[in-house]
Amino acid sequence: MAKLNLNGKIIDVVVDGDTPLLWVIREQIGLTGTKYGCGVAQCGACTVHIDGVATRSCALPISAVTEDQKIVTIEGLSPDGSHPVQKAWIEHDVPQCGYCQSGMIMTAAALLQANPKPTEADIASEMTNICRCGTYPRVKAAILDVAASGAMNRG
Amino acid sequence: MTSATLTKPSRRAVLAGSAAAAGAFTFGFSIPFADEASAQGAGSVKEINAWVVVKPDDTVVIRIARSEMGQGTLTGLAQLVAEELNADWSKVTTEYPTPGENIVRKRVWGNFSTGGSRGIRESHEYVRKGGAAARTMLIQAAAAQWNVPAAECAAEKSVISHKSSGRSIRYGQVAEAASKLEAPKDVALKDPKDWTIAGKPLKRLDTVAKTNGSKVYGADLKMPGMLNAAIKDCPVFGGKVKSFEAAKVSSMPGVKHVLPVGETAVAVVAETWWQAKTALDALPIVWDEGEHAKVSSESLAEWLKEGLDAPQAVVGNQVGDVKGAIANAARVVEAVYAYPFQNHATMEPMNATALWTPERCEVWTPTQNGEAALAATAEASGLPLAKCEAYKIDLGGGFGRRGAVHDWVTQVVRIAKQVPGTPIKLLWSREEDMTHGRYHPLTQCKLTGALDKDGNLTGLHMRISGQSIVAGIFPQNIQNGRDPVVFQGLNAPGPEASIGYGIPNLLIDHAMRNPHVPPGFWRGVNLNQNTIYLECFMDELAHAAGKDPLEFRRALMKNHPKHLAVLNAAAEKAEWGKPLPAGVFRGICQTMGFGSYVAAVAEVSVSDDGKLKIHRIVAATDPGHAVNPAQIERQVEGSFVYGLSAALHGECTVKDGRIVEENFDTYTVMRLDEMPKVETVIVPSGGFWGGVGEPTIAVAAPAVFNAIFAATGKRVRTVPLAKTDLRKA
Repeated sequence: MAKLNLNGKIIDVVVDGDTPLLWVIREQIGLTGTKYGCGVAQCGACTVHIDGVATRSCALPISAVTEDQKIVTIEGLSPDGSHPVQKAWIEHDVPQCGYCQSGMIMTAAALLQANPKPTEADIASEMTNICRCGTYPRVKAAILDVAASGAMNRG
Repeated sequence: MTSATLTKPSRRAVLAGSAAAAGAFTFGFSIPFADEASAQGAGSVKEINAWVVVKPDDTVVIRIARSEMGQGTLTGLAQLVAEELNADWSKVTTEYPTPGENIVRKRVWGNFSTGGSRGIRESHEYVRKGGAAARTMLIQAAAAQWNVPAAECAAEKSVISHKSSGRSIRYGQVAEAASKLEAPKDVALKDPKDWTIAGKPLKRLDTVAKTNGSKVYGADLKMPGMLNAAIKDCPVFGGKVKSFEAAKVSSMPGVKHVLPVGETAVAVVAETWWQAKTALDALPIVWDEGEHAKVSSESLAEWLKEGLDAPQAVVGNQVGDVKGAIANAARVVEAVYAYPFQNHATMEPMNATALWTPERCEVWTPTQNGEAALAATAEASGLPLAKCEAYKIDLGGGFGRRGAVHDWVTQVVRIAKQVPGTPIKLLWSREEDMTHGRYHPLTQCKLTGALDKDGNLTGLHMRISGQSIVAGIFPQNIQNGRDPVVFQGLNAPGPEASIGYGIPNLLIDHAMRNPHVPPGFWRGVNLNQNTIYLECFMDELAHAAGKDPLEFRRALMKNHPKHLAVLNAAAEKAEWGKPLPAGVFRGICQTMGFGSYVAAVAEVSVSDDGKLKIHRIVAATDPGHAVNPAQIERQVEGSFVYGLSAALHGECTVKDGRIVEENFDTYTVMRLDEMPKVETVIVPSGGFWGGVGEPTIAVAAPAVFNAIFAATGKRVRTVPLAKTDLRKA
């Protein structure tokens, strides 16, 4: 039994304490936008925000998450897909297969929240998610676009 | 902040799917969940023809037979149909017919296979004709309604008009009438220079759902009453399960079944996948590892090395007398290259969901070939093909892994058959995916080049030793010991995968050596290693001849104008020959495959401590016709990520008969920090249709390896680069 603060709601889940947060989100709560890619915190497809910090949920046991930590998944990033990163992703036609993109977007959103004007070097060091289709150039361009727009400084 | 609602397949939708596939063809149904770009519920709306449905509200539903795995085929094919249809692009959506429907309708949608960069290049003509025929019928229906000759009417952006009377009518208003008309016997296609939708850099149709978590992949599928399965196949290929102790895990949380899967695998079925995986990890399994349990990368390398000089080899391309040319050469250059096993490593691991009953078997799966998935379903189910159906789900990466072989489909059906009436979703762990792939083939190549006293190439012998993909997957296609695909990019002049050089004495032959590790079609296929072998060696020959690598190539390309034009396009854009910043060096290469001509120039530097930095890539592509330049750019960029991941890092090593690398911590792939700037030059010369998803992969490694030689004087002859020490001596 655990209580989670997820996408602004308090949710009770009945689950073994060793279960990674990823699988609680996907299988208990039923939100499948957060993806399984590796299970060892390598690829970043499972990235969610915990108190605003991009966190790989596949290797984080639910027992290590407390009720006062605010978890946000891709489904909760904005009510209508209007987060500046989501808008930039659409504008730049970033996704190819799309499987890694929830994680990419969540990582980018956290990066821009913490650092609204990242340099290319900042982006290279923070965006360590794996994309096999090869969207990296568009990911970088979209993040730089959000930074240049100043959208993360507003509201 | 609100939590988004997840789309769940309803029982009704699942049942509707069953009805649809049973033969009563209703096109509203494709897969039992909503998707941004996949129209749901065309309902009772009649199709104009197999490719086009127009709804009363003018929504145009274009049927797509090929699979979308990120490469943009869905959008490109829709553009081609919409172009000929003169449709309003803003009202275009798409849907997938099912493989079962294709069979019922005598394969009206043609081939579903989506590999070999064939999605557009092999279906452009009939899909365009489908669009043109539908336009003709819509115009005819309007003309009949107005009682005027159809020739006096024209259609633009889904509106038909009759100029002299000033009347106009929307497609949606005449769609039903049009659907009752006989299809025209012949239709003329537009000249590509008149295109307004095709040929344009339009945005993809399927992006929004990939930015908000609503896109449902196979791994995300949910059905009422569904159980989840995790699987372990024998770690040594060719081995079997000897025994397993189900009782040790059957009381673990959520566990429902512990099942054998064929002779080689064991699955745990549980309420959740995490429970299934946890129990499977705790399950004691004894394997009969079989005859290959001692094989290692080293033993395989020795075996292939022996093939480099073996007397028996199959000839792929032969001109003149290469032995004589080598015997009479002023200088002979020789080198041996090697390419390892590599995993496709799609981001979404293999998965499928199956529902088996004694009367029917259905599978939902990400697949590059819906018809092959259906065939695998039928075979494993023990039911006739007509009682089976496979539903395609957009793929979280394909790269060739999800096309020719559907081993995971066979597995899920074997599991579901043991739990009749219960939908079973099988998801491979990353570890299972890494160690049970269909790997990039293992080959070596010995190249011997003959130069005359002026440094001209007079003869070349390429001896390839190693694995045949075709022998591993379609052994019936091996004729007289010859695998035709193994010579990709090295073939005699012709429209497919031909060598770009006129070498007076040439011999390219193959000594087949097939390891027990199963090979697969891996994005770029044999063009990848063959281009490394040939293009890095051309660089070696140019260096030995004391010539500029570009000029050395050009001298051999007089009778290969398309190869030459694309090489020149890359060289010009990269300003080959102009000085670079201190410490930065260039490499160049070209190849031809999947119907397209490609070339690349890489600019790199190597630090004293051996660290490579790729500063810039210029890549040129001539695909004949460019259906969507924006998506071609993305395929070219992505090809460098995939190709350079392979070149710099990619290797699956074999120890004790099994694959050693189990996850991304040991199987390294390129991340954003290594990504160079890629400048794409598209030079469509017209007159042919080439693919764009794969050819550029092949030029990634040789361009960079040749640049590394320019920078360091060190040849990279073994993939991956990580095996070569680039530190300054």
